[in-house]
Parts: sequence; structure tokens; C-alpha cells
Amino acid sequence: MDLNILIAIATMGGLGFIFAGALAIADKKLRVEENPLIGQVNDVLPGANCGACGKAGCYDFAVNVVEGTMAPNGCPVGGQEVANDVAALLGIEAGEAVKIVARVLCRGGNIEAARKLVEYRGPQSCATMDLVSGGSKQCQYGCMGGGDCVDVCTFNAIHLNENGLPVVIDELCTGCGMCVKACPRSIIELHPADREVFVFCKSHDDPKTSKDVCEVACSGCGICARKSDGGVIIENGLAVIQWDNFDPDKIPFDKCKSSAICFLRDGFAEHQAEVAAAAAEMSPEQSN
Amino acid sequence: MKFNTFPGGVHPPEEKELSEHCAFERMPAPSMVVLPLSQHLGKQANPLVAKRAAVVQGEVIAEADGFISAPVHSPITGTVKSIGRESNSSGYMKEALVIVPAEAAEGEEIPDPVMMPPLNPDSATVEEIRARVKAAGIVGQGGAAFPTFVKLTPPEGKTIDTVILNGCECEPYLTRDDRFMLERPEAIVSGLKLIMRALGVSKGVIGIENNKPQAIASMEKAVATQNGLSVCALQTKYPQGAEKMLIKAVNGREVPPGRLPLDVGVVIQNIGTAVAIHDAVAKGEPSITAAVTVTGRGIRNPKNLIIPIGTPISDVIAFCGGLTDDAAKVVVGGPMMGVAQHDLNAPIMKATSGIVVLTHDEVRKQEETACLRCGKCVDACPLHLMPTRLARLAQLNMVEEAERLSITVCMECGSCAFTCPANIPLVQWLRLGKQRVIHLQRSRKNTAA
Repeated sequence: MDLNILIAIATMGGLGFIFAGALAIADKKLRVEENPLIGQVNDVLPGANCGACGKAGCYDFAVNVVEGTMAPNGCPVGGQEVANDVAALLGIEAGEAVKIVARVLCRGGNIEAARKLVEYRGPQSCATMDLVSGGSKQCQYGCMGGGDCVDVCTFNAIHLNENGLPVVIDELCTGCGMCVKACPRSIIELHPADREVFVFCKSHDDPKTSKDVCEVACSGCGICARKSDGGVIIENGLAVIQWDNFDPDKIPFDKCKSSAICFLRDGFAEHQAEVAAAAAEMSPEQSN
Repeated sequence: MKFNTFPGGVHPPEEKELSEHCAFERMPAPSMVVLPLSQHLGKQANPLVAKRAAVVQGEVIAEADGFISAPVHSPITGTVKSIGRESNSSGYMKEALVIVPAEAAEGEEIPDPVMMPPLNPDSATVEEIRARVKAAGIVGQGGAAFPTFVKLTPPEGKTIDTVILNGCECEPYLTRDDRFMLERPEAIVSGLKLIMRALGVSKGVIGIENNKPQAIASMEKAVATQNGLSVCALQTKYPQGAEKMLIKAVNGREVPPGRLPLDVGVVIQNIGTAVAIHDAVAKGEPSITAAVTVTGRGIRNPKNLIIPIGTPISDVIAFCGGLTDDAAKVVVGGPMMGVAQHDLNAPIMKATSGIVVLTHDEVRKQEETACLRCGKCVDACPLHLMPTRLARLAQLNMVEEAERLSITVCMECGSCAFTCPANIPLVQWLRLGKQRVIHLQRSRKNTAA
């Protein structure tokens, strides 16, 4: 056999031995003790690294849970199931994982919201519409219907309905908050899934303007606030719910002329059926 | 003859013949004025009057708040009807005062307008000029509405050797500066000399594009007897009126990215600003009127007008005979960088230079197609950027890469979108990208602090 080949084998083999030895020594001498629990907790987490828990990623969350600085139910994506698994590993109570979901607080779709004299022409993205006097709707606070929230959702939990409004599918929504960040009008908020009543409007316009630009705008009249014992306050022309002392039974829902404050199921179930009918009427060729 | 210019740029149809022969007319005071508190770049002015207060023409109704800000004066004598959010030609609702004219009751006389005492423009001192320009609330008439007083007060240690007056009027359609140069050459020269005195500069150049031969002749005649002043004729090309392009064209200096003309020893003022400075000093007039070209094939009688600020655009259009039947789009500013209006109640502001009404044929919708990679936008960009790549980066939210490729240098002149055969709305994407980069830089600064 050629000597060169032997030399090559010997050199590479020898080098391999030396480095392997160095690594073996380093492994013993420079070892950092890590709590094995961290790895185990990390394994049961969803691994989406979405940051919804407020930490840099799943591993960071695992470290915090094991150190006791965060509760096992802190991962909104994993929900109760993951909370239970994590708690079982740590041998502590899971606590109730509150499911957080995104809520779209605007009901001014293509049918309800008044349009400008002229139509917006350009890229159909909320971010770009916001740069050009805010799209085709007159309202400066409401949904523009460009669907930036739909584009950023990695869980397919949000879509635009026939009326051009985003709808969240609770079962798929993990409360990661990507849509909240994507919305230039800040009309999407994260709320516990069991909250039923919302003020579906973000308009600070004066009463006359808000009535002119949208059928379902909150005019800030204050009827709901007066009866609510501090559960609703009027801030800068808009009703805002104070969740700590909010009691839906005290709200005179039928007195709200625009139904800006209403139950989620009313706002989006019955209302949606109406909208679908109206939309079908408006464009018969589209629905066929 | 060879004319100076800058590299890049485009040459859109000039369309100046619609209004270039129309001498300035004064528009009468309207039935209501809407005065946004922010008609300038910088901090919004502070209102000094309350609802129902009586105000006199020329009275200060909002004071400057901070160094980069400007006061607002009432263009009419009347009563403050409301203070609130009103439509604005930028397309958004902004804080504004609404004033209705006073009707003379019996035995009462409408008070005379309050003007500042006139000064002699030949002997006014540096301090007097600066104070007057500041008090008169003059802002740059070129479009950005930067408070003029700030430009006349350069920071310590900067040496300025040249003042350039911008008479390019490179935006198609507009003829306002052209009319000023024909009708008021002495006021322009006087304004230029005041600017030069305030800055301690002995060299003044008036840059004019060669599509305005009469204006060039008029200004050459006006500066013939003056020491240190000259006229520089330039090849007609858009966007020559942009500060950095004009400096490159006139004296060949290049302003580095992120720096100001000050850094290369130049201060640029618009023709209209020079006239406003002359009027403020020699006549004591505050900034209560705007010189506006109302033009386009969508308007019945194109005119050049002197309009009280705050006049609703709809009134101005009515004064010019109204819209034609095929009018489709009303643009405030020039057609290249102006803002299309969705609400004609928006008011004329201090720096409004034009109202251009385009017809259906002129604004026909062209479908956007995929980028052809032809590179026309790269050739057209006067700032040597790659618009197609930057637009794509903005679209994909690749903010850091866009920052690395200097997206913030873009001045949104629109040359790229004008030349794009695929009709890609490049400027809109670039604006989005710029906004995101600025957000990123701000959040970086906040975390560092």
C-alpha cells in the first residue's frame, strides 16, 4: 500500500484521538450542572417559540417554570393540557390555565361603515392603507379589512368574513398575539375566552361624526356607563369596560342604539347571518 | 448650450401651458376658514384663543411650541366657531380652529387688520430679519413646510457660502413660482438678499429650469445690477427641485445620506418663501395667504391664485368655475408628490402649492403586474437606491435588510413608480418600509437608553 495513504490515516486518526481526549476531559472538568427537569419540561411544551408567554421562547419559559418564577399554566398556546403535564413533572398544582383568545373589537364591516367619496387603490394591506389616509372607509379608528391579521396568523385561526371583518375561531386561536401586533388600528385585543360582553368599537369621534361614519359605532353617549356602577366608563368619547367590577346584568343592552356594547354571540352569530343575507343581496352573481 | 442637471430622474409631460399665462388673482375671503394647528413640519402650535373668541385678521391665534414650530395667524376677521378635529389635505383629521367672518353689526365697524410694523429691507439687521420671519410664521413653500426661521438660524460652527433659491418648479402642471418670477422679480431679489444677510453669505444663485425662458429672462434682468447674485439655468428634469438634486445641479456638491444642505455649506429656499420673507419684512404681512396654482384638465378655468389660508378646497374649485364632467381625481400639491383628496372640505394650508384636477382618462387604472427586473426604477432613482428591491423587502417585512440598503434615504419623489412598466406602487411600499425602519431605530434607541 502506498505510504502516503498510511501517513494520512495515521495523522487523521491520531488527531481524532487527541481531540476526543480533550473533549472527554472537558466534559468531566468543565461540566455545567443543569436541572434535568428543564429539558423534560421543554419537551412537553408546544415548541412554537412564539413568545406569547412573554419569554424569549419555549426553553426560556421552561427555565422560568422550573425556577418557580412562572406558573405552569403560563403557556397560552399549550393550554390546560400542557399546564397539567408541566405540573405533573414538577409535582405541583397546575392551576387553571385561562384560555386567552384574540377579540376583534370592531363590527363596522363593508355594510355598516360609510365609505369615502373615492375608493382606495393600491396594495390590499392594512399597513399600506394606513399610509394613504386609511383605506376606503370613512372611520379613522375601525377595521380597514386589509387582512394583515389573517396573513400573520400561523394557526389559521382568523379569517375575513363576507362583510370584510376578521373573525377569530376560538378553537384554533392560541392567544399568541401576532394579530394584535399586526393591526395598525389596534382593534384586536387578547381576552380570556369566557368574557362574553365587549364594546365593539374603538372610535373616539364625536357623537355626530361616529353616527355618520358607521351604523354600529359607539357614540360615547354613556347610557351603559350610567347603569353599570363603574363597570363601564366613558373615556374620550368611547365606552370602556372596567373588567374588575363589570357585571353584564347591569347593562341595559337594548338601550344602546348602535348595539356597540353587546354579547359576542349576538354581535357575531345573529348579526353574521344578517350580514350574509345582505351581502348575498348586494352581489347576487358572487354568491352563485 | 449645455445645461446643468443631476444624475437619474425622469421627465414627465410638463403640462404647464394650462396655467402659465394666468396672472395671479386674489381670491376673496371665504365664508369659513379651517386652520390646522400644524401647517408646518415640527411641533403643533398651541391655540391662544378659545371658542367664540373674536379675532382680527393678522392676529396670532396659535403660538409656536418649541424651536421647530411656527405660529398661525388668522387670515380673516371673525369669530372662532370651534376647535376640534377637521379634515386636512394630508388625508387625516387633525386639530384645527374654525373661524367664521364677522358681520358688521349696526354702528360697529369691523376692526382693521393687525399687521406688524414695516421694516426697511435694505437696513434690517440680522436679528430683526430672524425675529420677523419667526413672528410671521413663514414656512418653506417647497412642500415640506419646514419653519423658515430655523433655516435662517444655522447651528454654531457651520460655514455657509451659498444661498440657492429654488425656482425649478419641477413638478408638472404647477406654475406658481413661474408667475412669481414674472410678476415680482424685485420682491424675490429683495427676499434673497434678506436671507443672505441673515446667514452672512455673499453668494446667491437662482436655479431655474430651461422650460421657463421668460422667468429666466425676468430674473436675469432683476439680478443684473446686483453684486453676488446670479441665475443658473438648468436642464428640465424631475425632481430637480429636491434640495439635494438642486445642489448637485447648481454647484456639483453632493449631500451625504442623512445630512443636510448645511453640511455642504448651502441653504436652499423656495421662490415663494423669498417673496413671503420680503412681504413680512417690507410690508409687515404675516403668513396668512398661500399662492396656489389651480389647474388640470378637470377644472373649468385654471388660475394662479393668492388664497387666504384655511379656505376649503371646494370653495377654491368653485371660484375656478367648478369641476368638468370627467374630473376624476383632485390632488393637492403637484401630480408627482401631491396627495389625492377624499374630502374636498380640507383647507388650503401655508405650504399648499397647487390643486391639480385630473380627468378619468389621465388616471385610468392600470393593473399591477409582476416586476420585470428591467431596472428602470434603479436608473431613475436620483438617490441611487434600488426601489424594486427595497419595495420587496418592505413587503416581506425584512426591516433590517431594508435599513442596510439605506431605505431611509428615499425622499418619495415617485420617479421610480412613474417609470415602472409593471405599475408597481413602489412609493407606497417604500413609505411602509421607511416607517418600519424608523420604528425599529426608535425602539433600539429606547432599549439602549
